[in-house]
Amino acid sequence: MTLEEYPKIYLYRRIVQAKLFIDSNYTSNIDLNKIADEAYFSKFHFIRLFKKIYGKTPHQYLTVVRIEKAMLLLQANTPVSETCFSVGFESLSSFSKLFKHTVGITPSMYMVQQQKINEQKNHSPLSFIPGCFAEKNGWLKK
Amino acid sequence: MITKMTHSSILVLDQDSAYDFYVNKLGFKVVMDMPMVGKEGRWLTVSPPEQPGFEIILSPVTSSMYSKETSKALKELVQKGTLGVAVFTCADIYATYEELKAKGVEFTKAPTKEFYGTEAIFKDDSGNWFSLAQLT
Repeated sequence: MTLEEYPKIYLYRRIVQAKLFIDSNYTSNIDLNKIADEAYFSKFHFIRLFKKIYGKTPHQYLTVVRIEKAMLLLQANTPVSETCFSVGFESLSSFSKLFKHTVGITPSMYMVQQQKINEQKNHSPLSFIPGCFAEKNGWLKK
Repeated sequence: MITKMTHSSILVLDQDSAYDFYVNKLGFKVVMDMPMVGKEGRWLTVSPPEQPGFEIILSPVTSSMYSKETSKALKELVQKGTLGVAVFTCADIYATYEELKAKGVEFTKAPTKEFYGTEAIFKDDSGNWFSLAQLT
């Protein structure tokens, strides 16, 4: 592939670096203006390109990353308030509101739901595995 | 009437390394990660981020499903890159290519325009190869 066929490689690299920066620093108070500066873009240009590539503004993407990380922490029984601040939210109420808007239930309800699933997995793991694989692996033997 | 595919296996050399590759590099979600307590083996499945109902079983070549001879043969085939396993799609192949390359994923073909869309080819940590496509 020649460079002519590769559309604006430098733009892609800068936007991808910005996305990876969010992935690595979501726990911090990320200043999106600073990311735009580091990517050598104006804020407006940066947001427009980011949304074109990822379908979300950088701020929307940061929220999604934080909510997804929060889901993982809640699955591991991390208390709601600890989860909230661990993933970079500064307010418990805004975290709960955004979580419910994204996931459909509150963080505490989600944690209870996941605890039940974890109990089921511990109690009867084979009910989560297609029987043919369990049998061929020898997991059905007493 | 068959309605859906829910599970498919990818043979991997090492489940810990495969976990890191599929979750931390490709960005797949862990669906099940259960050690079989009191028995040999670990049930590890992942899903592409926008396909939660489809589980990819990261199945070790050393699984007790296979004889020692079969495991050895499978390991050699996987390591040699014999097995082309699947096609993954993405919304923007150039961004996905740049991101995966930045994470250390090995590509054997950079994004190239083909009749059906733009395609790249990458290998997983075991040696399996995959098509990455942005369909037009």
